[in-house]
Amino acid sequence: MRRRQQLKNTFYERRVYRHRVTISILVVMVMTMILVGRYSQLQISDYDIYKTQSDRNRIQLLPIAPKRGLIFDRNGLLLAENIPSYTLTVVKERVKSLDDTLAIINEIIPLSEDDIEQFRKRLSRRRPYEAVPLKFRVSDEDIAKLAVNRHRVPGVEIDAQLVRHYPQGELFAHMLGYVGRISEREVDVIDPVNYSGTHYIGKIGLEKYYEELLHGTVGYQNVESNAHGRILRVLERHDPLPGGDITLNVDAYVQQVAYEALTNQRGAIVAMDPNTGGIIAMVSAPGYDTNLFVNGISSVDYNALQNNPDLPLYNRALQGQYPPASTIKPMWGLAGLHYGVVTPATRIADPGWFSLPDDSRRYRDWKRGGHGATVNLEQAVVQSCDVYFYELAYKLGIDRLHSFGTRFGLGDVTGIDNTNERAGLMPSREWKEQSRGGHWYPGETINVGIGQGFMLATPLQLAVATSVVASRGELRAPRLLASVGEEAVVAPLLGKMEDISKAHWDAITRSMEEVVNGAHGTGRGLKAGLTYRMAGKSGTAQVVGIAAGEKYDSNAIHARNRDHALFIAFAPAEDPKIAVAVVIENGEHGGSVAGPAARKVMDAYLLGKPKQPDPLPAETAGPVVTVSAGAEANE
Amino acid sequence: MSNTDFLRQMPGDSRSMSNPRSISQRLHIDIPLLVLLLILAGVGLAVLYSASDGSMATVLRQGRFLSVAFVVMIIVAQFHPEQLQRWAPFAYIGVLLLLLAVDFVGVGAKGAQRWLGIGGFRFQPSELAKLVLPMAVAWYLSTHPLPPSIRHTLISLLLIFLPTVLIVMQPDLGTSILIATSGIFVLFLAGISWTFIASCFGLVGLMAYPMWEYVLHDYQRQRILTLLNPELDKLGAGWNIIQSKTAIGSGGFEGKGWLQGTQSHLDFLPESHTDFIIAVLAEEFGLRGVLLLLLLYGLIISRGLWIASQAKHCFGRLLGGSIILTFFVYVFVNMGMVSGLLPVVGVPLPLVSQGGTSLVTLLVGFGVLMGICADERLVHQ
Repeated sequence: MRRRQQLKNTFYERRVYRHRVTISILVVMVMTMILVGRYSQLQISDYDIYKTQSDRNRIQLLPIAPKRGLIFDRNGLLLAENIPSYTLTVVKERVKSLDDTLAIINEIIPLSEDDIEQFRKRLSRRRPYEAVPLKFRVSDEDIAKLAVNRHRVPGVEIDAQLVRHYPQGELFAHMLGYVGRISEREVDVIDPVNYSGTHYIGKIGLEKYYEELLHGTVGYQNVESNAHGRILRVLERHDPLPGGDITLNVDAYVQQVAYEALTNQRGAIVAMDPNTGGIIAMVSAPGYDTNLFVNGISSVDYNALQNNPDLPLYNRALQGQYPPASTIKPMWGLAGLHYGVVTPATRIADPGWFSLPDDSRRYRDWKRGGHGATVNLEQAVVQSCDVYFYELAYKLGIDRLHSFGTRFGLGDVTGIDNTNERAGLMPSREWKEQSRGGHWYPGETINVGIGQGFMLATPLQLAVATSVVASRGELRAPRLLASVGEEAVVAPLLGKMEDISKAHWDAITRSMEEVVNGAHGTGRGLKAGLTYRMAGKSGTAQVVGIAAGEKYDSNAIHARNRDHALFIAFAPAEDPKIAVAVVIENGEHGGSVAGPAARKVMDAYLLGKPKQPDPLPAETAGPVVTVSAGAEANE
Repeated sequence: MSNTDFLRQMPGDSRSMSNPRSISQRLHIDIPLLVLLLILAGVGLAVLYSASDGSMATVLRQGRFLSVAFVVMIIVAQFHPEQLQRWAPFAYIGVLLLLLAVDFVGVGAKGAQRWLGIGGFRFQPSELAKLVLPMAVAWYLSTHPLPPSIRHTLISLLLIFLPTVLIVMQPDLGTSILIATSGIFVLFLAGISWTFIASCFGLVGLMAYPMWEYVLHDYQRQRILTLLNPELDKLGAGWNIIQSKTAIGSGGFEGKGWLQGTQSHLDFLPESHTDFIIAVLAEEFGLRGVLLLLLLYGLIISRGLWIASQAKHCFGRLLGGSIILTFFVYVFVNMGMVSGLLPVVGVPLPLVSQGGTSLVTLLVGFGVLMGICADERLVHQ
């Protein structure tokens, strides 16, 4: 030991070295075998797992959204289309730092605070690896600027997509409704597969009602993309099935005339074909630009619409419930004839008021002093005599009125192919008991006799009821949709009043013709220049109650409390092709305010577009002015 | 086994005695080792071509590095081991000073100071330390009788400890472990007692917790945690490992074919030119390719160990053995970390990964080895 410590023993050192090298070789071999084992495990045993993972890395199944179906009017005019729009999107999973990325984008394309706020909202409810929109309607110039800087912002893409556009703007606002981005609530309801590539869904109106039809079926493609999410090639593609193109019964020209007839007014006009139930025009004024809603309306725009006292978002044609007022009189007249309570010859004394037996309360006629000593049914309809219908209603009783009114579609939704329709109200004893918890009083029947009191109807219901009269008893569900592609859609016939005699229909039709064409008719101002026989009935609905003995003074009443003006009509009387209902809020005079609007719509439909640029002949506007205001201050 | 037996086993000795020296012998080149290294370098260039998406510029650049490195190797091979032994203590002190300089005036990159700028050049003194440390330990031990006594062992450990600590402070854990390992290999080959080795392992076991808690940096701890469960952080620290394992695994036995690797070509695989290049090879050439590469490394290591064990001088033996064993550790650590066996410590795959400095260091090591070999032949003549 001593010796070895002092002198180097080469032989011994070599032996130790060789021994150690041998051990090293063994260790190297063992470690190499560990590596071989590890690589075999990854490449042989777990090959399938990693092969799948590698494919999943590079191959993505991307949905392809179907093209939404187009909407046309009856003449093929485009009402809803899809236009290309460029959207700046971000895939959060591919972005290193979201804040940095947003800052860089902001240098290239200025982002508003609203953009970023909306983006963060969308980000919070995205699917993994979904491209979340950051800014819509990016200009070509901005796209070019971004392309140059693309390397700085991985995960940011320009997405070209088709966006809904309504070329007619507010003209069809309430009817078509609009599409909007799918909301959180809708995500839970829709088919997640079919909507996997879709960003928009019908929110209201036809767009919502025919969502399934318009949407189509999703397609998909297998794409190879790199780690930065850039798509390199398409491996496989299954095209989507586009949504159905639909054609409406609506005539855009008539629609336009109707909407213009309501310029600066609040109200609604519904025109339908009594033979088919097809809606020819349906407007609610004022309208609004539905295009604002497609990509999310800004809070400024939305508040402006919400806070507008004219309530533009409110679809008066379907949601507005108004007392039908005197427009109901032809139907009640028919009821009187049908039940044998009156005959066309029956005359009723008209002192200007009516009172129930054993009741001192006087139900006044709108015309002080009445319409003459006695009036028959035709005179009562033509001059809109209230006293006649007070008595008729009293004789018929609420039960018969209710059942007869129901046959005209009153008191229940019409079943139109649109959203948010309201049912109006055709009161009955049961209804009174259930909703008000009280007995039905005879006085309440008297009010129903002139379409007031509890009675409420939407403009659409009035149009449907008018159609029933025009078609002599055919109750049809109104239909906006005319055809899907080549396939025609027929409105279902809901009921036919076959028990009513032709003579009774003739009597009522004649009296309505006289409203327009007779010397004393409340709509006589409309007859100038008429080239077809028009049958109509005016109505003026009280907004506030007026105590007995008090005179209605329009000057003293706030503009919003003035009476609503109504008019129903159909034409040509001998072979009706159109039935119209007009309601103008606070229009005061049914015959002279609502009537001309009905005439314009009918002219537009029956006579067609005039050849000269002026859409409305001057003579139709003339007679309106000549009507003396006092003649029908309160019919 | 007698001394003559040992000598008789030397292959080629009869030829070298009878024939005049060949060109390779005169140039101190070991032909088998050179051929193996050239094959490996060729494989590396082929894989790099694929990893760089067919960038010929990258391949040519690496080719230039390789040429320089091989020339340096041949130059180094001309030095006699005894010369190196004489320079070893001075080189050691020089490296220590440079490492100190790095810690104080070094240039940073990715949060670590590893570089020293000298007149426009940047170089890593830790690369020098990779060679100089085993040289110093071999020098120290070979001047004393072997196996080393406890005192000599402790002094050797001190020699290892100083540069290691300086490199840990840069901080560069991977390199410091590898450098310490190369020194420890010298000690092991010199024959330190098993008792000592066993007690060291015990001590390391005891030190593990305080090391974890107080010495390791956050990012180093994170690497180890991620290694244990890469799924923890799929898009962050775990991404590299998940993607490299996917690349290797999806290669299967036959591989996807040269230039056909999707993981690397679609940018899923990070660091595909450098530390993770084995994943490109494994993806494109499959397990077959990996086994052939391991065979190539095995042959190089065998030849290297054979050369080292033939060395006449104790210094050459110890240094040569350490160089070749460290070479294997590089291979093992790199292939282990890329396949998820070891933490990602930033060790390149020798001669295959892109990079200049480490390549030169590596081939300088082989030059030293060839110098030892040539010296041996000289003796026999």
